[in-house]
Amino acid sequence: MKSFKLDWLVLPLIGAGIVLLLWQISSATWAKELPSPLKTWETSKPYIVEPFAKRGEMDQGILRFTWYSLILVAKGYALALLIGTPLGFFLGLSKTFTKIFDPIIQVLRPVSPLAWLPLGLVLFMGAGKNASELGALFTIAICAMWPTVLNTAVGVRAIPQDYLNVAKVLKLSRTKTLFKVLIPAALPYMFTGFRLSLGIAWLVIVAAEMLTGRPGVGGFLWQEYNSLIYEHIILCIITIGVVGFVLDRLMSLAESKFKTA
Amino acid sequence: MSDYLVIDNLTKIYPTPKGDAVIVKDFNLRIKKGEFVCLIGHSGCGKSTVLSMVTGLNEITGGGIILAGKELVGPGPDRGIVFQSPCLLPWMTAFENVMLGVDQVFFTADKAERKQIAEYYLSVVGLADSMHKKPAELSQGMRQRVGIARAFALSPKMLLLDEPFGMLDSLTRMELQQVLIELWRRDKKTALMVTHDVDEALFLADRIVCMTNGPEAEVGEILEVHFPRPRDRKAVLEHPDYYKLREHLIAFLEERAHKKLPKTKIDLPKSSPPQNPNGSAHRKALNVLLNHA
Ligand SMILES: Nc1ncnc2c1ncn2[C@@H]1O[C@H](COP(=O)(O)OP(=O)(O)OP(=O)(O)O)[C@@H](O)[C@H]1O
Ligand SMILES: [Mg+2]
Repeated sequence: MKSFKLDWLVLPLIGAGIVLLLWQISSATWAKELPSPLKTWETSKPYIVEPFAKRGEMDQGILRFTWYSLILVAKGYALALLIGTPLGFFLGLSKTFTKIFDPIIQVLRPVSPLAWLPLGLVLFMGAGKNASELGALFTIAICAMWPTVLNTAVGVRAIPQDYLNVAKVLKLSRTKTLFKVLIPAALPYMFTGFRLSLGIAWLVIVAAEMLTGRPGVGGFLWQEYNSLIYEHIILCIITIGVVGFVLDRLMSLAESKFKTA
Repeated sequence: MSDYLVIDNLTKIYPTPKGDAVIVKDFNLRIKKGEFVCLIGHSGCGKSTVLSMVTGLNEITGGGIILAGKELVGPGPDRGIVFQSPCLLPWMTAFENVMLGVDQVFFTADKAERKQIAEYYLSVVGLADSMHKKPAELSQGMRQRVGIARAFALSPKMLLLDEPFGMLDSLTRMELQQVLIELWRRDKKTALMVTHDVDEALFLADRIVCMTNGPEAEVGEILEVHFPRPRDRKAVLEHPDYYKLREHLIAFLEERAHKKLPKTKIDLPKSSPPQNPNGSAHRKALNVLLNHA
């Protein structure tokens, strides 16, 4: 059969349709507490059609919540890159540094955000009102930085000797070598790390908000669970998924820009 | 004229699991200022090893190298290097690649002057119209032109070339030989070039240094090439000595480099003896003969 023009639109819609159908069947049969798609839409409507409304601290339009979450993610993510990139460079450049820090990194890397968050809150207990934000930032940064660290290190190690020789022959200063040779050469790998880190940062934000009760998609989700408004849980899940998908796409776009360079 | 580059008892040993591998041993060569010297020898004999020690990118195991009266330690922009692959940084345009070196060497000059230097050499090698392209947008030959422009733009004391045209088709190769030799004449550079191509060596060189086969490779024989300059390819090919020299080189590569026989005196104009007549080449050659006897 000849592949037809709207494939990219129609086929994903079929997929979404199948999921909707399963959801409908489930809510009608074995999961009676699960709101049906139609009911979800009706209950969520005010939050979608007025996405930036602010009716109360924990009663705001869905995009307004998303915005709060994104700001917190941006901060934590920036922190992760700021720490992770230099750390990756040191790992890539120095064998000794790798020997010293690689084992501890491998141990810390698999620790779940749910485990880090309480520690973050304890660390910043003295910060009073800001404790929950700082704790959340700490958790996002420490969970999200590993892909950046590891990919940067791999990228630096993979820099062809030819490029390093150019720097050696021209006797480039350390700074010039870093900015003219090392960073551009490692950039494609670094971007892969940046993209994966952003994905993790977005995963962590929701957990962080749920546990701290901060306003945002995750906080809203948890509150609505406690208030037994299950439709909103689904609204939040869909929002989180869509935002994560968009972020990943944007990063892929930036990544492919640098790949060709 | 005095010797500009002096390579003195240069030795390279690589430690291997099976013990030390002596690749080059007691390699001696003197090059005068403004001379063009080609280094030929069998594949794997150690030509690149010698050249890379002169570039400073490869550590010297024994002996020393003196350039313009100063012992060389490590790499530096006083030597313009062109390798088989041009080693351009792919994220920079041809112009930026050249500028990276020019900025380094002429840091006292102002920006406009530096720009002029880079543009001048890129134009001379024939890239006036494509100097703002990235290496990926350039053909293999054009990339090698950038490499040549970069080497000359540094205003180096000497040029070191390792089979710079080895990956090019024969037409491009001849074009680039012309570009190289013209720049060399204009800037009066001293050059040491490794090549596999006997005709290329005869067209470019003042002297051709033949290396013996490794391990423990050294200078086997040095051939003077006295064709008048500026050289015209046709005139060189029609020169009465051309085929004699060519035959001699090929014979060296085919036989003598292998067997390390003592040098037979052949009837050639100005064929100079190797530079260490009492050196190990002769001793070794004699030993070979004695052992076989
Ligand atoms: N890092 C290394 N460790 C051990 N041996 C090496 C190393 N590098 C090169 N060699 C050996 O040194 C010898 C000379 O190598 P070199 O590259 O100088 O040869 P070449 O004359 O340039 O050959 P070609 O004409 O093929 O380029 C080879 O036998 C090679 O195996
Ligand atoms: Mg070689």
